This record gives sequence, structure tokens and C-alpha cells, in this order.
Amino acid sequence: MSNKESTMADLTKEELLGMYRQMHRIRAFEMAVYDGVQRGVIAGGPHLYVGEEAVAVGVCTTLRPMDYITSTHRGHGHLIAKGGQLKPMMAEILGKATGYCKGKGGSMHIADLNLGILGANGIVGGGLPTAVGAALSSKLKQGGWVVASFFGDGAANTGSFHESLNLAAAWKLPVIFVCENNTFAMFTPMEWTTAIKDLSARAAAYGMVGTTVDGNDVLAVYRAAVEARERALAGEGPTLLECKTYRFLGHYVGDPEDYRKPGEVEMHKKNDPLPRFEKVLIEAGMINKELMQQMMAETRQEAKEALEFALSSPDPDPSELTMDVRRPFKPLGDLERVSYIVEEGVG
Amino acid sequence: MRELSYAEALRECLRQTMTADERVFMIGEDIGIYGGAFGVSAGLLAEFGKERIIDTPISEAGLAGACIGAALTGMRPVGEIQFMDFVALSMEQIVLQAAKIRFMFGGKATVPMVLRMPGGSGTGAAAQHSESLENWFVHVPGLKVVMPSNAYDAKGLLRAAIYDDNPVIFVEHKLLYRTKADVPEEPYEVPLGKSKIVREGSDLTIVATSIMVQRTLQAAEQLAQENIEVEIIDPRTIKPLDSAPIIDSVKKTGRALVVHEAVKMGGFGGEVVSQIVASEAFDYLEAPVRRLAGLDTPIPYNRTLEYHAVPQVENIVDEARKLVQGGY
Ligand SMILES: Cc1ncc(C[n+]2csc(CCOP(=O)(O)OP(=O)(O)O)c2C)c(N)n1
Repeated sequence: MSNKESTMADLTKEELLGMYRQMHRIRAFEMAVYDGVQRGVIAGGPHLYVGEEAVAVGVCTTLRPMDYITSTHRGHGHLIAKGGQLKPMMAEILGKATGYCKGKGGSMHIADLNLGILGANGIVGGGLPTAVGAALSSKLKQGGWVVASFFGDGAANTGSFHESLNLAAAWKLPVIFVCENNTFAMFTPMEWTTAIKDLSARAAAYGMVGTTVDGNDVLAVYRAAVEARERALAGEGPTLLECKTYRFLGHYVGDPEDYRKPGEVEMHKKNDPLPRFEKVLIEAGMINKELMQQMMAETRQEAKEALEFALSSPDPDPSELTMDVRRPFKPLGDLERVSYIVEEGVG
Repeated sequence: MRELSYAEALRECLRQTMTADERVFMIGEDIGIYGGAFGVSAGLLAEFGKERIIDTPISEAGLAGACIGAALTGMRPVGEIQFMDFVALSMEQIVLQAAKIRFMFGGKATVPMVLRMPGGSGTGAAAQHSESLENWFVHVPGLKVVMPSNAYDAKGLLRAAIYDDNPVIFVEHKLLYRTKADVPEEPYEVPLGKSKIVREGSDLTIVATSIMVQRTLQAAEQLAQENIEVEIIDPRTIKPLDSAPIIDSVKKTGRALVVHEAVKMGGFGGEVVSQIVASEAFDYLEAPVRRLAGLDTPIPYNRTLEYHAVPQVENIVDEARKLVQGGY
């Protein structure tokens, strides 16, 4: 791993600028949430993705709409990168009826199955087994989709991580396990809890390919994800892709952050994925200051509108409290026998 | 007397026991530098060092199991599960190992361990950070389940739990951590398996647990203005359950209500009700025995919905009034 930027792979200018815009969109959204908490219009607590944008964007750029992701408590970036809309996301964070989950799930549970988002997750490691299951159905249905499962370095120490990696490797399932190693699990540095430095080393124990990339270099992440996806589609099984990154803000908004070493954040900010990608794009003559400013302004405006939308949205109706707990009863006679082999390539 | 918060009282107990007894140590997630998600172990790392304030990876099964192994071999571990919800990941170790090792080994082993965990809603943390799962443990032979409702009991019950020779599930409540009470400085024990009459009254017996004891006390103040006198009993240990004072109280008042935050269906309240109606108190009943508890729904994120998912003071007042005034 080095800080040297990767080449632009096979991406077109349009795609590259699209990635750049997505990274700004995530940052603008997260900063709008941050400001909302400071202003007291959003309840404290959301886990923000600022500094880690290159991972979600690098991976999700390789995914098609039919592909799935599982996400985490720090999920806003993954969701936006997979096509999540800012307005219903923000509304969910404010607990409003117009949110992705009618205000009943909140920041840690945003999901949209139509976009292939199998949910953010309040349980560390909780998404990995689900990703295995979604990949299993891809195999059984010959659905052709891959599943990218995002999780942190902390999650890599859960039992679910180990069981999931083993299952996916043993069954050669199309999963990309994306470990976002931001050096902390909540307030505890990784070296206190983990005896190895590169978590990708664990891949070998399960018989899958493991790679570590610079997670603040969006093109490096992208290239590694392309390879992982190709392996998955070729029936060669899962990949453990470790992306080294750093979160610039607290574990949650309001975190006193007294567990960091002095100067640590400043040091990592020099490695901010956004300016790094900008530099590459400028050098390639794809973007200039003006276009950059414009994209920044546009994404900020989008985030602002999302917050306004959320603020002016109604609360869920009180009757929602006991709805959606179980699916209403459907008589068996209504169910047709379904074949699990669907048309080729259709999800 | 000096006032301490519930969190401070727990910390004082931990500090005093760890100072006096080298077998006692703490293990959990982010309990070191950060002092635990709710600050209970703040400062203890500096005092006792990393060997005795052990920060674990996110490994709830592993940490519960490490408590068992250490307890079997002479230590008295105090494990912290960061949110009670995550104990779901420790269930195999607790239920299939800790709870029955003594029995399966023919009485040869003891498992003196405590697992502390904050339960409850009211913090806007949504469905996976707000569970009240105490009754899962009540259903398992071999475990004890403790639920302190105030700072004084918290300090004394924790000491009793640490010195109990059985695995003890110690359920704290997030909304109680900052509540204060008079707490003596010297170490003391509040025995496990002893209910407490928190307030005396003649019209209705309310059995409440954890935060619901506080809400019931507030409700009782309001009811007193309507000349309804409520007797409140806090079991403190819900397993083993000291039901004699509850039965005696119902014989006196003729009416009973059980209030807890956990979901009503299959909850602890059902056990209390059945112990009442199966006892001699049955002959004294003047009204149906009722329960007020959480709805059969996950805890919602929206704050208004969350508020209405579990009993609040006004619900207790309404229910008590109805019971006493013959509404049922
Ligand atoms: C099973 C479980 N244990 C503990 C927690 C509390 N918790 C929430 S986030 C977190 C740290 C997660 O670290 P990591 O996986 O590295 O993700 P990051 O927050 O760094 O993105 C912890 C311990 C949880 N949500 N679920």
C-alpha cells in the first residue's frame, strides 16, 4: 500500500466525475447531519462517515442496481453510494413519516430493498451473515448478483465475521467482504484488541483472496473491488478487501474524542480522500476549480434541501407503533408454488 | 448523607470490591479509556490498570465465556455487556454453559460471575439498542437476575452479586444512571432475593421493576391527591423472586398491578400475577390482577412513538385509578 494514486483504470470521464460527485454528496450529507445536531434539530448520536467516502464510492461504483449491499451503524455513505436518496434518508434520521423506514428505524436501520440495500445495522457484525444468505440465493436462483458487505475493523473480531467468511468461502459465494479499517472500534484502538495489523491476512485462513488497499484512494478501492467482483461472478468465491482509512469525526456526533492521540486527526486530514481524488482529476485535466466549486455547491444545496424536506415532514401516525411487527396473515391457498430459478440475469 | 448517582454508586462498589479483593476484575467493551458507554467504569483504568480493567474486542460470546472460565478457576469476574441487546450474542455461553455447569458437574463447580448490562428504552436509540430482555434469563434454571431501581440498591446489590457463587445477570437501566440517592460510603450488601416495600398504602399493590419503580412512585404521588394510597413493592431480584411480601400486601389491599418495561406477552409480570392468584391472596382479591407493560413491538426510533411503546407515569395513574374505582 502506498499513498501514490492509482491510475484511472478503465473509467470514463463521466464515471470519474460521477464518483467525485458521489463523494461530495456523502460529505455534504454528513456535514448537514453534523450541523443539524449542533443546531439541535437532529438528535445526537448518528455515526458519520466523513473521511471514509472513498471506500463506499470505490466499491459501489463497481456494483449494478441488481447487486446487494449490507451496511453498518456508519451506513449513510454506503447507502448514498448505492443510490439512496438524500431526502428520505434525512427524513429517517429525523424520525419522520417520509423516511425510508417511516421514521421507525432511524439512522442505524435505513434500508431500501429496491436499491439492493439490505439495511444499515445497529449490531456490529450483524450484516455479514445476511450478506452470505443473499449471495446464497444468488447462487440458488442463478440470479447473477453479487453482494458487498461493509463492516469495520471492530466487526472483524466478531464471531459472525469468522462464520460468514468461512461459509462464503466453503460455498464459493459471490460476496465482497469490505472491511473499513479506520483504526478504532468505538473508543478502543485496534492494537488493544487485535494481534495483527492487516486484517486481510485472515482471508488465507478461510481459503479466499485477501487484499489491503489504501482506502482513501478511491481508484485503488475501485480496482480492487472490480477484481473481487470478477472473481465472484466467475464462481471463484468471496474476497476480503481491507480498506485502510480514518474517521475524521467522533464515533458518533457528541463523542468527546479524548481517546485520540494529539495531532492524529490533523495528520490524517492531510490524507483526505476528496482532495486526493481532486488532484488526480485536475492533473488529468478532467476538472477545474470552477467545476469543483460548482459540484460542492450543488451537493451542499441538495443536502440542505434534504434537511428542509425532513424538517417539514410529518411525524409517523401513532397507529404506526403497532404496525409492521408481523406481516398480516395470508391464507396458504393464495400462495402459488414458485420456481426459484428465474430467467437468466434477472434478480 | 452523601448523594451519589446510580452510575457513581456502581463505580464505588466496583472500586471498593476491586481494592479489597484481587479476584475481582472487570471485562467489557470500551470500559477502559472511555469508562464504558455509560461511564460506569470512568477512571478505573487509571486506578487498576489494563490487567484488571480489560477492554475486549467486540466479542460478546468470548467475553461472557472468559468470565465463566475465570470464575471456574478462582476469580470473580464482572463482565459488562455494553447494551443489553448485545447479550443476544452471549446467550450460548450464559444459558448453555454458565447456568448449568454446576448442575451438570454434579455440584462440583461454582461460577461466581456477574454480567452487568444496561437495558431499556427512552434514549432514541431505536430497536437494537433499547431491549428489555430480563425475562429470557428468568426462564433459565441456575441464573439469578437482579434489577436495581435506585443508586442505593445498585451499590449494595452489585456487591451481593459479586459475592454470590452463581452467575448473576445484573440489569441496569440507561435512564437511571444519572438519578441520585443517598448512598453510604462504606461497603454494604443488599441481599439478593429480598423484595422491598418502597411505599406503603392500603388501596392497591403495585409491583414494579427498575425504572418503573421510579415512575410508579411519581404516579403514587398523584394518586394520593385523589385519596388513592398505593403500596409499591420492588422485587429488586426478579429471580429468585421473594413473593411473600407481595402476597401479604395483596391480602391487605385486595388489588394488584404489575408494571414493567419489557414486553407484556411472556413477560415477568405474568409470573408475578400467577404467584398472586395461586396463593392465599386469591381469596382477598377485589378486582382482576392486571399488568401494565411494553407493547408487543420493537422499540421505534421516532421519539413520540418510543414514548408510547412502554408504560409512562400517566398510564400507571390511569390503570391504578381504574383498578381502585372498579373500572374492571
Ligand atoms: C454486537 C455489538 N456489540 C457492540 C456494539 C456497540 N458498538 C457500536 S459501534 C462499535 C464499534 C464498531 O467498530 P467498527 O466495526 O470498527 O466500525 P466503526 O465504528 O469504526 O466504523 C461498537 C462496539 C454493537 N453495536 N453491536
